[in-house]
Amino acid sequence: MTTTPVVLTLAAALMGIGMAGVLARRNLMFMLVSVELVFNGAGLAFIAAGAHWAQPDGQVMFLLILSVSGAETATALALMLRLERHYGTLDVDAMRQLRD
Amino acid sequence: MDEPAVLLWLVPALPLAGALVLALRGRHWPERWIARLACATVAASALLVVIMGADYLAAPGARVQVLWSWFAVGEFSPAVALRLDGLSLVMVAVITGVGFLVHLYSSAYMAGEEGYGRYFAWLNLFVAAMLVLVLADDLLLLFLGWELVGLCSYLLIGFWYRDADNGAAARKALIMTMAGDVPLVVGLLLLFSSLGSTAIPTLLDQAAARWPVGAALPTTAALLLAFGAIGKSAQLPLHTWLPSAMAGPTPVSALLHAATMVTAGVYLIARLHPLFALAPPVLDALAWLGAITLLLAGLHALVQNDIKRVLAWSTVSQLGFMFMALGVGAVTAAMFHLFVHAFFKALLFLAAGIAILALGHEQDLRRMGALQKRAPWAFWGFLAGGASLAAVPFLSAGFFSKELILAALWQRGGGALWAVAWVGAVLTAAYITRAFIIGFLSAPVTPATGATGWRLHLPVALLVPPSLAVGWLAPPFGALLVPASGATLPATETAFLPALLAALAPLLGIALAWYALHRRPASAPRHLAPVEDTGFDRFYWAWVRTPYQVLARRLAEDPFDRPFMAIVQLTRVLWQVLSATQDGRLRRYALTLVAGTVVLLAMVMT
Repeated sequence: MTTTPVVLTLAAALMGIGMAGVLARRNLMFMLVSVELVFNGAGLAFIAAGAHWAQPDGQVMFLLILSVSGAETATALALMLRLERHYGTLDVDAMRQLRD
Repeated sequence: MDEPAVLLWLVPALPLAGALVLALRGRHWPERWIARLACATVAASALLVVIMGADYLAAPGARVQVLWSWFAVGEFSPAVALRLDGLSLVMVAVITGVGFLVHLYSSAYMAGEEGYGRYFAWLNLFVAAMLVLVLADDLLLLFLGWELVGLCSYLLIGFWYRDADNGAAARKALIMTMAGDVPLVVGLLLLFSSLGSTAIPTLLDQAAARWPVGAALPTTAALLLAFGAIGKSAQLPLHTWLPSAMAGPTPVSALLHAATMVTAGVYLIARLHPLFALAPPVLDALAWLGAITLLLAGLHALVQNDIKRVLAWSTVSQLGFMFMALGVGAVTAAMFHLFVHAFFKALLFLAAGIAILALGHEQDLRRMGALQKRAPWAFWGFLAGGASLAAVPFLSAGFFSKELILAALWQRGGGALWAVAWVGAVLTAAYITRAFIIGFLSAPVTPATGATGWRLHLPVALLVPPSLAVGWLAPPFGALLVPASGATLPATETAFLPALLAALAPLLGIALAWYALHRRPASAPRHLAPVEDTGFDRFYWAWVRTPYQVLARRLAEDPFDRPFMAIVQLTRVLWQVLSATQDGRLRRYALTLVAGTVVLLAMVMT
């Protein structure tokens, strides 16, 4: 199959963009969106691998990732709500109390 | 045990109770109540001793009163037990008798001083501690009294603590006697570990039964114990504290030199004499140590200009006499000299105190003078005490005790020891005559300003008769001590020539001093250059104190701690480095995570 490298490249690009977003953005909301991108990159890689070896495991893993990321998003949004109430902002650089 | 001896525990308990009450409440009381309580407790003790003494003389035999068991560890349970026998009876009589007179004297001498209550609390405690020491039937209890006596001497020598010199003198007394106490403790432990008991009678019986004369163990134990006695009784080379102890009030000196403290060492050796008899080398060493101390201290006393220092050095030299007697096994002679010395030395100090007070705290012999009219009590008291110290034949008590010692030395010690003691006797008479002539007879310098009163005069008056007459008691005294110490009496018949020479020694000394002082032209200074010491102080300063301080300063930086502190430092640096990464920046954490993943992936893939 010749599409596998292409799809994997796309997955890598998604992950890279997501990573860059996490590292570059200061707004927590956008960092969360970027994390979702990373999840999707990982999911895409699983799909491509499953298609490549014609195994169902890739799709199983993708479903798992979907549910994990759903749970993660729900938790993160709830936390963000509390953070916004507490700090009055979602700027991650303002939240530096957890340090030595 | 019959009636009077049941009250034996009260003898030390009364002054102890007085000390407690005065220490706790003394500062709130007016002076006369403090003085009354302090004098009353010691007087009551003295009265009890008189009653018990009469009872003892009527029916001799040791009375032992076991109060309670101190503690019990396995087999070892030292008893708090008091023992009244001839030896302790003599000591108790001296301590309470002289102690009471000193208390009475102090009540006037210290009038108006800051810390009047504190003074009498310590003075009472001093007497109580010494009573515990001499009555103890157990070495452990004896040691308790021994250390309490040391503590009280420290407190009283440093009584005027606002002057730093007095504090230094007090510390010196404590440290020098402690230097002897450490071997003493080791000796006690050695005796306990080898004989399994600290009760004195058991100990002495066991020692005599198990050890042959001259064996290594008793010799070592006796040597160690002797160090304690040397420290307390101010013998060479631990004698330097006693002259410095003159920093304390004069009545304290009288008590310390006559009844308490310095007599403790002589008492210890007399009490444990059966043990020392098993160690002939130690006894020989003690005799020669006493001889050297006697000469050295006598020479010191000859050149002092401070009246109290003359008396201090004379105490050191008289203790040398006692140690010589102990060294040749003449316990009775040593104890009799201790007994007589207690009276005349207390008398000398108290009389000197009156003179000092009358002249407005003037202690320099050269600035006193002409005291016959101006302070007659001091004059006649000092004359009587001085006569006894010089051992004027037949008229004084000191003559009889010194004669006993010289006779014992002639019989057992050999010619050399006797000759040294004879020279010492000449010296003794010479220095006290010199002090008397310069201080009491010469032209007045300082005007008499101070007031004296009956409470100062009465103790002096009461001490004069025993200082002069108690010498006739020698035979009954010897009989009293024999069952206690187990030592034989020195035979009374002695060679005629040495006895005659011994009787002439004081006269020779007096004549020499008289001649030397009157030969000089009137304009010449009537004193020698004051010599503070013969280098012992300087020696201790340079070779003990300074190295100790250098060592202490080195150890204050704790060189042995450095490797461990380096570990701490390293840990701290590492912690700082790692802790810097935890800065709370979420995005940097994420970057670190990503970078780490990338590196790991790169390592896995290549």
